[in-house]
Amino acid sequence: MSYLTKSPWILHYDASSCNGCDIEVLAALTPVYDVERFGIINTGNPKHADIFLVTGSVNEQNREILKNTYDQIPNPKVVIAVGICASSGGIFRECYNVMGGIDKVIPVDVWVPGCAARPESIIDGVVKALGILEEKRKAMKIPAGDTA
Amino acid sequence: MIPEPWAAIVNAVIYLLLAPVVGGLIAGIDRRITARMQGRVGPPLLQPFYDVGKLFEKENLVVTTTQNFYVLSYLVFMAVSGALFFSGGDMLLVIFAFTLSHIFLVLGAYAAFSPYSHVGAERELIQIIAYEPMIIITAAGMYMVTKSFYVSDIVQSAVPIVLYLPGVFIGYLIVLTIKLRKSPFDLSTSHHAHQELVKGVTTDFAGPNLAKIEIAHWYEYVFLLGVVYLFFGFNPLLAIAAIIIAYFLEILIDNTTSRVKWQMTLRSAWLVAGTLGIINLGVLYYLRMVIVP
Amino acid sequence: MQVSQLLIFLVLFPLIAAFFLLFARKSLERNWIVKLAALAIGAVSLWLLVAGFDKGMMMFGVSGKALDLAMLAIELVIAVYLLWLGLKHKKYSVVILVVIQAALLLWFELAFGHTLVELPNNLFVDQFSIIMAMIIGIIGSLICVYALGYMEIFHEHHKEIVDRQGMFFFILFVFLSAMFGLVFSNNLLWVLFFWEITTLCSFLLIGYSQTTEATNNAFLALAMNMLGGIAFVVALIYLATLDPSGRLLELSTLLKSGYAVAIVPAVLICFAGLTKAAQMPFSSWLVGAMVAPTPVSALLHSSTMVKAGVYIIVRFAPVLTGTTEGLMIALVGGFTFLLTSCMAISQSNAKKVLAYSTIANLGLIVACAGVGTYNLMWVAILLIIFHAIAKSLLFLCVGTVEHRIGSRDIEDMGGLIERMPKMAVMMFIGMAGMFLAPFGMIISKWAAIEAFIQAPFGLIFIIILAFGGSATLFFWSKWMGKIISVMRNQENVEKTVPQDKYTVLWILTALVVIVALIFPLISSVLIEPYIMDVYGYTTRLAEANIIIMLLMLGLLMIMPFSMLFESKTPRIAPPYMGGRTTEGGMKFHGSLGMSRDLVLSNYYLRTYFGEEKLFMVGVLACWGIILIALVMVVGVVL
Repeated sequence: MSYLTKSPWILHYDASSCNGCDIEVLAALTPVYDVERFGIINTGNPKHADIFLVTGSVNEQNREILKNTYDQIPNPKVVIAVGICASSGGIFRECYNVMGGIDKVIPVDVWVPGCAARPESIIDGVVKALGILEEKRKAMKIPAGDTA
Repeated sequence: MIPEPWAAIVNAVIYLLLAPVVGGLIAGIDRRITARMQGRVGPPLLQPFYDVGKLFEKENLVVTTTQNFYVLSYLVFMAVSGALFFSGGDMLLVIFAFTLSHIFLVLGAYAAFSPYSHVGAERELIQIIAYEPMIIITAAGMYMVTKSFYVSDIVQSAVPIVLYLPGVFIGYLIVLTIKLRKSPFDLSTSHHAHQELVKGVTTDFAGPNLAKIEIAHWYEYVFLLGVVYLFFGFNPLLAIAAIIIAYFLEILIDNTTSRVKWQMTLRSAWLVAGTLGIINLGVLYYLRMVIVP
Repeated sequence: MQVSQLLIFLVLFPLIAAFFLLFARKSLERNWIVKLAALAIGAVSLWLLVAGFDKGMMMFGVSGKALDLAMLAIELVIAVYLLWLGLKHKKYSVVILVVIQAALLLWFELAFGHTLVELPNNLFVDQFSIIMAMIIGIIGSLICVYALGYMEIFHEHHKEIVDRQGMFFFILFVFLSAMFGLVFSNNLLWVLFFWEITTLCSFLLIGYSQTTEATNNAFLALAMNMLGGIAFVVALIYLATLDPSGRLLELSTLLKSGYAVAIVPAVLICFAGLTKAAQMPFSSWLVGAMVAPTPVSALLHSSTMVKAGVYIIVRFAPVLTGTTEGLMIALVGGFTFLLTSCMAISQSNAKKVLAYSTIANLGLIVACAGVGTYNLMWVAILLIIFHAIAKSLLFLCVGTVEHRIGSRDIEDMGGLIERMPKMAVMMFIGMAGMFLAPFGMIISKWAAIEAFIQAPFGLIFIIILAFGGSATLFFWSKWMGKIISVMRNQENVEKTVPQDKYTVLWILTALVVIVALIFPLISSVLIEPYIMDVYGYTTRLAEANIIIMLLMLGLLMIMPFSMLFESKTPRIAPPYMGGRTTEGGMKFHGSLGMSRDLVLSNYYLRTYFGEEKLFMVGVLACWGIILIALVMVVGVVL
């Protein structure tokens, strides 16, 4: 296990969610779930983030912003699409301005289903993402330094 | 008296090696106590070390490569100022080195030419000018009590410094809130996740650079709490107790107050320095120079 | 007698060069004369250092009586000239001041001219004079060389201003000559003569461009300095009434004659020093002087004019030690330091920031000299040296930048590190020299705190230093931040800067660093022997601390090389802008498809550090203190 999996910092981006999933994401931070137990912090800054957690579908207005934000996260990084809208566009899929799920713009590693996604499944998704993050770190072949 | 060279060097090396460990533990304890105050379990004690370890594993993402230089200088001069302090050096020299290191952090933020870093840098500067007078007054007060600017003399002084400098001590605790980046004075950046400035002065530092900033903070914690020790140098146990109580108070204030504007920060810090500090020193001066020349 | 010849050379040679320059019509001729003269002046000042550093105070007789009369005549001619100018421009306050001063001078000559004996030693030189001579001879002449290139471009940019470069360089060299005369004169009559010459030169240089603003500011400078000049003449009259033979007019005798005799002239002459050093009620003339071409500002702020003011105050510091009058003068300096440091925060005009910073540092020097204990004298002299070098560098850099980017506003200097990298590095070093450890000014600030805390009423000054020092930090850091911010896609506009200018600037940059490295040597060779002569004991920083400082400086100098050894190749990404797309030149796509420029500007905190408000406070406080000091002097006289 590397330090990466013990300290995943999350960037939460609301693409065009109805706020249902966002409320559930925030619920995970409350004392009931307290994700900081696992070292998870909800940062507001892509440059400090490891996990990009997106809610809501992607549309013409926020496509570039989503892409830019993703680019500004230092490697290794994983993307979690939370909720059905982020995964596929959900009920907004057919809208004239909606492109669909966020995988139309950035590569997605974990899909968390639900409308809205439950806090438990969001945390589960993050835990899944940690495994992928670890694999990506190994793939980067960073000179190991003081970490195994 | 200037401290013995070999003893000074040994102390400096001990500080350089142990301060990050102690500082990181303090940060870990801080986060757990904060979580408990908020009714949460909180992260493991070693979480700050995991965070820094992780940051070193990440890619070094920069806006400009000059950021690397500024951040490294920040870390190095922070360590130097702490090492000078713990080797018993001249208090004023320590303060100047300490200021120098902060200027490097500010310059690093300016170099990025980003809105959030920029405002963070300006606010960091306001914080610096808010606390600096009080720190110099602290050093001057300690000189007036012990007749020396050398930390080695101050710490060995049998005089209960805090009894002579109660105003200065309270003033120092207040600027300590600014220095520890605790609410209500965590304007430029804070240890809490979200704020209006994204992450203020540290916004555009990522990966290893951010890790270096964290380590510099740990060095800083130990140095700042070391100054608290000086007030109680006559009784080490009391001093340790004072440090623990002072730090607990800082955490309590952090969790019970909301962030103020820079105007309030500047005003309150200068007002405190200007009243508590100056009155305290004035009375001391009067007693020392006029009544018992 | 070799040293005395060097002194006479340093006073007269710039004058000869000046006359050649007055008649040099072609710019090529002017170029050569200025460069050769600058070289000669610099070399002879160094020679003076080598010849005189270990000899202590040396005095020389130069046959005086005829010279005295010639000086008086010249002073009266100047008075008539100023009278004419004052009437022509309807500056009646100046007219009144000129008339008063001329009348006092004439009365002095008529009342005492026949009783004055010829003073045996009109010239003298000691380590302090040598330090001043080095500053004038090296920095002053470097500025003159720089001015060559600057004035060419200045007149290209400002076609509306009449090209009077011959006149300009004439005055510059007369100025240097007068400064040398001032620091070598032992006869107070001579000091006054050179003092008035520097006033006149600065008046002419400030008004060089002949615009309304320049003329007004020149007259403002003249009026304030005349006020000081009158105080100076009154001091001479007082001394002559005490001893009609005029022996007290000898500076070296006067300084040793004790409190009872020397305090009245000391306060009057220090008052003149305060006007010349632009201390608080009189600070506006130096701020106004920035309308002049930049080399003039550099000269006024670093090696001449204001340094004459602090020179004379530091000379009289031994008389002021421990007196209430001295404390009053120190308080004027202290308040000036505190308030002008704060005022500099609210300014975005680079030259104005530099001007306020100069006034602030002079205030600190005055505060040190006014309290006047031996260790504060040490600090004061050190401050004079460090300030002269760093400030001249900064002024010349701002001048060069102004010619390239067409603005002297700090807000327009964003990203200078990309546009003019060399210039930005020099400015960076210059500013570091002004406020960062372990460079010059912070060494002085440190020593000042350690010295003040042992001095009577030093606590007041510690507090002033604590607050003023942090204000200093703010305005320098934000300016520094501005020039080092890396904006993208900036064009490099540096290549067209002429080589001459670079040479001067690099020499000054090197001096900032070198002087920070060798200041212990300067201290032990020049400053400590002087303090020893005056007070009988001396001071220095603890050796261990000097070593630590030097190690820090070394560390600071190797830090940039860390950039060559990056373990990971960094990935470049644009700054975080909330995810907005940015492109070159830092435009970002706003809403509705609009492209917007990213503009970042610094904080100026005008509600707290506004210029007008603080200026009023300072003027009232400092006038109050000065009046108290003058009332005390009147008390002594009566």
